[in-house]
Amino acid sequence: MWVFQTEKHHMSASIEEKGYARHEVLASTDWVAEHLEDPAVRHIESNEDTLLYAAGHIPGAVHVDWTSDLNDQIRRDYITREGFEGLMSRIGATPETTVVFYGDKNNWWACYAFWVFQLFGHKNARVMDGGRVKWEKEGRPLTREVPSYPRAQYTASDRSDKAERAFRDDVLAHMQAKGQLVDVRSPEEYAGTRMHMPDYPNEGALRGGHIPGARSIPWARAINPEDGTFKTAAELRKIYVDEKGLTPGEPTVTYCRIGERSSHTWFALKYLLGFPNVRNYDGSWTEWGNMVNVPIEK
Amino acid sequence: MATLPPKLQDVLDTFDMFPDRADRTNMLLSYADQFREVPPEVATRPFDASHQVPQCESDAYVWAMKEPDGTLRLHFAVENPSGVSAKALAAILDRTLSGLPAEEVANVDCSIVERVFRQNISMGKGMGLMAMVNAVQALARRASRS
Repeated sequence: MWVFQTEKHHMSASIEEKGYARHEVLASTDWVAEHLEDPAVRHIESNEDTLLYAAGHIPGAVHVDWTSDLNDQIRRDYITREGFEGLMSRIGATPETTVVFYGDKNNWWACYAFWVFQLFGHKNARVMDGGRVKWEKEGRPLTREVPSYPRAQYTASDRSDKAERAFRDDVLAHMQAKGQLVDVRSPEEYAGTRMHMPDYPNEGALRGGHIPGARSIPWARAINPEDGTFKTAAELRKIYVDEKGLTPGEPTVTYCRIGERSSHTWFALKYLLGFPNVRNYDGSWTEWGNMVNVPIEK
Repeated sequence: MATLPPKLQDVLDTFDMFPDRADRTNMLLSYADQFREVPPEVATRPFDASHQVPQCESDAYVWAMKEPDGTLRLHFAVENPSGVSAKALAAILDRTLSGLPAEEVANVDCSIVERVFRQNISMGKGMGLMAMVNAVQALARRASRS
């Protein structure tokens, strides 16, 4: 069995061989396993399922929860500079610490956390390719022991939304200029026949459909379903460029329902395919589908 | 709402006593650890698709066996190794409802899911967990008529 696994492992391409524009943003499960006790590295689990981290996580990994850690608790917005500094202190990370995100659902929430970290300019950030599912399938260790790190001193700059985040007025202007928009929701949500994700509750948009001109490219198409890893650059290019007609050099906005699935596509376009200008519209359909007097296509 | 079976009511009351998220997480994990899969004398893989809970991403299955005295014995399988919530709910349902008359089990509806999981209910989980309770309720109704 061991020999079989070893052979299988060698058959799959290493991250460096997958042709990505910025391959260093992905860490392999092997790399993570080799850096479990590296004080310069902090592994961060971010999940949709709030029980999963407590049920077992990578030894030494800390938990960052998207609702309680990354969102402002009053406004619909992200944490402020002070909030981010507090979070980083809690997990014992300095600006020099390499943070490696991983999680459930093919790293959907890991990419979301990665994206929020970029609003604060924490560039030493990576995503573990394959996330929890790959780590588990490889039979690697999980623990329930919650680590504690000495509080670190972290001085962040103010959150800068401009480069990576699009707001409703930006999106309206972008749409009117016929800019590239990628709707990463399910085809049914895109078509307006369904107001929520399959098997998820309706979280309240008054209108169904999509932003005019948006192309429908469900987020999970970027993933190999068997092990949660990203497809190779050639495979991604085939989907996003050849099949869907995106132009890598053009400014691009991704959106979904609240901006989490679309941060996954934002990650793939920006780092794996090297699109120079991609922003995530976190207002997404829960904002657009409720706004008065904005155009909608069905 | 119909009166809940006393053991289930006790569990819900206990959860109500712990508003803190970390406490509730630990309680749910301890139930998940007590989860026992359906024994082979009731079902073996591949499980019959008619026992699969619809909408449950944890790939859960449920069986309700009627004993000669009219009581029900519930059994579950959760195929997704990350299905911690489904295992916790299955363990709670088994511990509190197995051994009761089918008519009593049929009174339990999916509103208990929110009371058990509260802030631990992640977006994608709620529908599947409620579908698990609905599946138990449907089997109990059928058993009470037979």
